[in-house]
Amino acid sequence: MNKEELKSAITGILPEATFDESGELLNVIVPSSGFLQFMTNLMSKKEFDMNYLYCLTCIDWKDHFMMVYHLLSRNHKHEFVVKVKLENRDQAEIETVCGIWKTAELLEREVFDLFGVTFLHHPDLRRLFLDEDWPGFPLRKDYVDENMIEI
Amino acid sequence: MSLLGEDIVTEDGLFVVNMGPQHPSTHGVLHLKVWLDGETIHKIEPHMGYIHRSIEKMSENLSYRNFIFATSRMDYLAAHINNEACALAVEKGLGIQATPRAKVIRILMGELTRLASHQLWWGCTGLDLGAVSPFFYAFRDREAINDIMEETCGARLTQNYVVPGGVMFDIHPNFQKRTKEAIANFKRNLTDYDKLLTGNVIFENRTKGVGILTKEDAISFGVTGPTARASGLSCDVRKWFPYSGYENVEFDEILATEGDCFARYMCRMAEMRQSVRIIEQLIDNIPEGDFQEKTKAVIKLPKGEFYQRVETPRGELGVFIVSDGAASPYRVKYRSPGFSNLSALSTMAKGGKIGDLVAIMATIDLVIPDIDR
Amino acid sequence: MKTVLTISLSSIAGHIHQWLEKAIGNPTIVYLIDMVLVAVCLLVFLVLLCFFLGWMERKVAAFMQIRLGPNRVGPKGSMQIVADTVKLLFKEGLTPAASDKFLFHLAPMIVVIASMMVCAPLAFAKDFQIFDISIGVLYVSAVSSLGIIGILMAGWSSYNKYSLLGAMRSGAQIVSYELSIGLSLISVVIMVGSLKMSDIVMSQSDGWWIWKGHIPMIISFIIFVVASTAEINRAPFDLTEAEQELTGGFHTEYSGMKFAMFLLSEYINLFVVSAIAATLFLGGWMPLHIGHLQSFNHIMDYIPSSIWFMGKTMFIIFIIMWFRWTFPRLRVDQLLNLEWKYLLPISMVNILLVTLMAIMGWHF
Repeated sequence: MNKEELKSAITGILPEATFDESGELLNVIVPSSGFLQFMTNLMSKKEFDMNYLYCLTCIDWKDHFMMVYHLLSRNHKHEFVVKVKLENRDQAEIETVCGIWKTAELLEREVFDLFGVTFLHHPDLRRLFLDEDWPGFPLRKDYVDENMIEI
Repeated sequence: MSLLGEDIVTEDGLFVVNMGPQHPSTHGVLHLKVWLDGETIHKIEPHMGYIHRSIEKMSENLSYRNFIFATSRMDYLAAHINNEACALAVEKGLGIQATPRAKVIRILMGELTRLASHQLWWGCTGLDLGAVSPFFYAFRDREAINDIMEETCGARLTQNYVVPGGVMFDIHPNFQKRTKEAIANFKRNLTDYDKLLTGNVIFENRTKGVGILTKEDAISFGVTGPTARASGLSCDVRKWFPYSGYENVEFDEILATEGDCFARYMCRMAEMRQSVRIIEQLIDNIPEGDFQEKTKAVIKLPKGEFYQRVETPRGELGVFIVSDGAASPYRVKYRSPGFSNLSALSTMAKGGKIGDLVAIMATIDLVIPDIDR
Repeated sequence: MKTVLTISLSSIAGHIHQWLEKAIGNPTIVYLIDMVLVAVCLLVFLVLLCFFLGWMERKVAAFMQIRLGPNRVGPKGSMQIVADTVKLLFKEGLTPAASDKFLFHLAPMIVVIASMMVCAPLAFAKDFQIFDISIGVLYVSAVSSLGIIGILMAGWSSYNKYSLLGAMRSGAQIVSYELSIGLSLISVVIMVGSLKMSDIVMSQSDGWWIWKGHIPMIISFIIFVVASTAEINRAPFDLTEAEQELTGGFHTEYSGMKFAMFLLSEYINLFVVSAIAATLFLGGWMPLHIGHLQSFNHIMDYIPSSIWFMGKTMFIIFIIMWFRWTFPRLRVDQLLNLEWKYLLPISMVNILLVTLMAIMGWHF
């Protein structure tokens, strides 16, 4: 499917979705309420068949988090980006997509580790790279490390 | 006699062994917690971060010219390809393209890097399976490629040769001659490789039918590179999303269907031949012209998000740059191939023996700094 | 066969004994002094031999791996192994805090003693044997399996998971391969009709068993070499150490001199199994004779018997080293499969053939 077809198809399953086409890839901004159902549909519905989650990350925009999911269909060779805005930075929560893409388990642990986003119903949500008692979340923009040397 | 406590044997009688972070076959500082039932692997849990340097955070404080070189330290066996991925992402943001000469140089260097990486992998695979000799044969050939790199880039491993818009300086006058020599030698030696390891009955027994990864799992775990192609999943970025002019060269995407260690091994062996093929096509056809596109001294990307992927020897490396218009990236995310490949390890190794785990780790070719970043 | 050389190892030993008898007189004391002398000589010989084997292993490995090997310390790097030994002597011998200290210290000694004991019935040259025990072959197979106790002790007492896994593997491995070794030894015993080492060597004066015994003996020889490679834990059967899997297996926790003793026992074992293979199948110290080529046989007789013995032993050692540097390691279940599903049935059938040959007198 090309971008226009994708847009109409996505609107078909989730009318609240908004689009951002400024970049190279189509960005789909999804409200966090219907997020898990939407992602499940993307995987299960044959016209999407987005079976390959190749990048899962988060962006700290200082007043909110933006979860970013890069999805590709190995069969249809179309790709787009799903974004979810997390308003509450102190208690950022989102449903896990582990059940849909197995790769998400470690990727979500990484985001939890470095951003402090909690993934609900994640089977094993622990820090991945840092120690269990590490203070703060390093990839947040307001992270301060006393040992960090500014150049 | 209990100093380490209850962690030795679990309640259901499983023996817990920590492989790593200091272990010869984890190739670095990977730490695997392995639950064993006798010698049979019940469960594996990777513990990472022993070499986590937060290159993503570092990149947020470096300029668009500098952050490229931090990535040499991610997948140090494919430093050139990492650099290339970042440079391509920056070029995508700037809306420019490298000069034709630079593009060809990038492919040549990239394929040499791939060869060197696969040679090292071949040696290490032999070593991991208990055959020490292949390691030396591999290093002999890799040395020739490192020498070529040194002559042109000034560095053997972390080349830092790619800049946005092209390459840092022109190739050394000896480059073509020495590359041709190295390739000719290597083609001869590749048959030795097969004689030494491929046909060995012990090697076949150790790898055939071991560590099977199904195509469905490969997709779901986001496995890429030769590891996924051995399971029959077509995923070569050079074919799917050609960059740097890969669409103009002839080569095959190697696919196998078995998905076991031997298939992964054969895929990489065949890939070496494809890399040789690419180099042979281009080595005499480097276009004349500038080796670098003119760019501003301080690069500023427009606001937006840029994703660029390349094919490293281990799989798909993605560079995701978020720009807010400043002189350094607002957020950089590296989608590292090793990270996703590692996540499938537990599925592959379950039910196997400790020896199988070593074989699997060898054939998915883990590079730990690439996983930890 | 008439003795061609007047100076031989056996005559030297005999002269020393006679001189002692003259000087001291009391046969018991002479006997005691003899024993001490033999023990000292054997120790010196084995340590020097291990230096040589260590150097040889490095050179063979280097040759297989397109490199030079040690070439700095001493001529052709021959003193490298001495330097390494000195280094190991000065290293701190660490003992894990939670280990069973007594067993931990005892294990390397047991391993070395067991491997040295096997040297007793070996015929190093013509009439030159420490103890020509009447049950030589039985003694060898009994004593050589004692070393496993040391390995199990080391693995258990180290209080290390890798060591324990290594020890368990080695237990399974040696118990299995002992069978094949025993059966291939028996095939020679059936042919000779005696367990005595000297009888076995003398029976080969008209041809080595590997030629005289037709194909069954060649099969026995191959099984013996394969199984003994497994028994002495050398690659491709070095699962008990398995550096890439178990980081060193049963000797993971050993350092300094205690580690060196494991190394020592590995080389002594290598020598012993090769020597036994040479004695049983390649004629021991018997020179190579070809049919009726009298002049050729005469020249061969001029080569001292000790050189023949060492030459054949070194040849088998080289083959075992060759294995090590070319083959990948087997997996633990494949290792047991190889023994129980292939080597053992083959050697059992082979025993039948050998017995048939011995009864019918089909061998030369």
